[in-house]
Amino acid sequence: MWMSSCRLPGAQPVHYQRVTMEQWRTLAVTVQQQGGRLMSLWGQEHASGTFSIEAALVVQEGVYWLSAMLESLHYPAIDDIFPNANRMQRVTADLLGISAQGARDQRPWWQHGQWGCRWPLRKTPLEAEGEGERDYPFVTVAGPGVHEIPVGPVHAGIIEPGHFRFSVVGERILRLDTHLGYTHKGLEKLAAGMDPESLVRLGGRVSGDSTVAGSWATAQALEAVLGLSVVPRAEWLRALWLECERVINHLGDLGALCNDVGWSYGFAQLMTLKEATLRIYQEVGGHRYLRDIICLGGVVRDVSRDALALLRGHVLSLEREVRHSEERLRDHAGVQDRWLTTGRVSPSMAAYYGMSGLAGRASAQAWDWRVNFPSLAYQCADVQMATATQGDVAARVAVRFAELHESLRLIGHFVEQMPQGNWKTDWNGEGRAGIGMGWVEGWRGEMMAAVELDERGRIVRWHPEEVSMSQWPVLEQAVLGNIVPDFPLINKSFNLSYSGQDG
Amino acid sequence: MSAWVWFFQLIQGVMALLLAPLLMGWMAYCRARFQHRRPSSLWQPLRQWIKLFHKEVVLAELASPLFRVTPYALFGILALTAGLVPMVLTDLPLSGAVDVIALAGLLSLARVILALAAMDVGTAFGSLGARREMLVAFLAEPALLMVIFASASLNASTSLSKMAATTLDRGFYLYPSLAFSGVAFLLVLLAENGRIPVDNPETHLELTMIHEAMILEYSGRHLALIEWANALKMLVYFSLGMVLFFPFGLSRGGSGWEIALSFIGFIIKLLIFGVALAILETVSAKQRLFRVPEYLGGAFLLAVLAILLHDLLGT
Repeated sequence: MWMSSCRLPGAQPVHYQRVTMEQWRTLAVTVQQQGGRLMSLWGQEHASGTFSIEAALVVQEGVYWLSAMLESLHYPAIDDIFPNANRMQRVTADLLGISAQGARDQRPWWQHGQWGCRWPLRKTPLEAEGEGERDYPFVTVAGPGVHEIPVGPVHAGIIEPGHFRFSVVGERILRLDTHLGYTHKGLEKLAAGMDPESLVRLGGRVSGDSTVAGSWATAQALEAVLGLSVVPRAEWLRALWLECERVINHLGDLGALCNDVGWSYGFAQLMTLKEATLRIYQEVGGHRYLRDIICLGGVVRDVSRDALALLRGHVLSLEREVRHSEERLRDHAGVQDRWLTTGRVSPSMAAYYGMSGLAGRASAQAWDWRVNFPSLAYQCADVQMATATQGDVAARVAVRFAELHESLRLIGHFVEQMPQGNWKTDWNGEGRAGIGMGWVEGWRGEMMAAVELDERGRIVRWHPEEVSMSQWPVLEQAVLGNIVPDFPLINKSFNLSYSGQDG
Repeated sequence: MSAWVWFFQLIQGVMALLLAPLLMGWMAYCRARFQHRRPSSLWQPLRQWIKLFHKEVVLAELASPLFRVTPYALFGILALTAGLVPMVLTDLPLSGAVDVIALAGLLSLARVILALAAMDVGTAFGSLGARREMLVAFLAEPALLMVIFASASLNASTSLSKMAATTLDRGFYLYPSLAFSGVAFLLVLLAENGRIPVDNPETHLELTMIHEAMILEYSGRHLALIEWANALKMLVYFSLGMVLFFPFGLSRGGSGWEIALSFIGFIIKLLIFGVALAILETVSAKQRLFRVPEYLGGAFLLAVLAILLHDLLGT
């Protein structure tokens, strides 16, 4: 069945396959039956004016990149096979005007009627001045005693915008319908015509909390196309920064989870640790949140031996502090009572939604790119994957703690084993037409980027996908049967990115 | 003489109005210190309200007169209750007029008015908060009344002045019934004032709020009055607890020195109370909303036990 596929260049196992419209659904079904999942789905307008639909499917051997040319403006929907395709199909319809036939949900997703045009990703978008904001047709629940609570997009705290429509009976949640897209930045449109070096920086802006992951995934895809080899020291430094990013996000989220149950002691402890770590990053990496630290061909700057020693020392003390906080948390009956059984995603539900990443691992979905397809630095580090089976808030907390410890160990390991030598391969500016794909395991889950370049080396198409796109729908399921005041807690345990899903 | 008494009544009213924001400031100060944060000034709550008084009031288009009157009514009721509970002197002209059951009634009235106002403008959060507040209230009120009955049967009176005077006459004794009702009272105090573990006054998560959800639509001087009333409520509950369980230090009039000492004693008790509450709030987590019935049911049970113990053991 994979006869005609070709292995794309680059370190990652990506197989590219052109398929017909008939094969498109059959292959999706086959992958699903073999335990694979959908990572991303997007569309493209080609120079000839025709459209294609593309999908990245993950199986045990790697990623299959399917590409199907469209004869019309329709293609067969696959959201009945992979539920997470739903919103990707709707986004494709919003951006390009090609729609999924037979999809259960055809509502617009990113398009709120405020763009002043339709299908912005087409070569000639359709002008639609003064369209104005439309009402989003929320799913309603009828019955005695049912009422709706609209929340957002403006929230009481400083968080990203998103609208949540709860249908509740008393305090119990019957249904949650989210409406996102408020932070749409038009990243894919921006990328068109960009040079590869700028695109890596843009990749770091998909989601601010995953800036290392975003820029690394994009750099990987570009390096595969341009045939740039990455020197070992750069590989090690990139992995180091990725683990550093994981550490601050877990520290911050665990602190916030304490705050959300009103336990100010744990909140204060973990936030203090996060701030101290950010200051070390500023000193060692030159940026508190490690933005723009990865560039095409390597990393922006080398790290001195002294700076690495400083980081190593901090990590050692952090490890002790984290263990201390973890024990306090485990012994606090009030906190555990709030976390246990709250927002449960059963392993079967997680498999149905094709979950991966942190939340997937807490529901027994053993996907971790650092383990499944380790890059050079990770191969030598023997990463231990953390999983749990309960799938509740407490399980996600447990996985976060386990990953925090593992990341701290990895940082120490990377510092010790850091190869000497150059930290960047310079790009000679020579373009090469082609396609490539890259991905890394960010702190939340996979961050993927697919790219097509023209012969001058300019970007034709770039499609990033952050795991949030696939996981927001799972959150809607996780809250069912829980009570309204527990929603913030469940939400925080996932801590999905608005920016990452809004593109 | 009677002119003097009314003068003291007036002084206590003004003192309560000023002490309430300071108590809030003190609790915030302690909490910040326990969390290794830099504390804000004790005057911060007062400053904030003064700022709010200078701000414009934004009203919902559909707001009825009830919504607009509520802040004043609330403030009025709580200011009145602050005049009813002996804080420095046992005997004040107003505290003779109203007994402790009527005081509980006044506090309920304030809550009902606020809950109605919260539902008035018809936002989801207002109704959500009002509904939760009523859930807490209908469980907390019986517990509070039982606590009051336990003390009333011990002191053979429901007048706060007489209860305080009787306890002072009797001197310091440890009564098992008071130990039970004291714990019950603390649980009720936390619930009624929207503190952790029942409500979190500092949260930004609108979906978890109780009291804050009810007042989300208020702004400007309305918000300032409601927050001030809320601070007064905390002070009233604290003073009530002192009269019921530890009135020692209260002055029965007499010399100016005695009154001054009583005032200093009151301040010291207030400071200790603030520290204790801040510790409690720092180390405990907020409960799941559906645990509140168990929590307040426990408070009720303890108060009933107190009464039974009193009947069994006699005085």
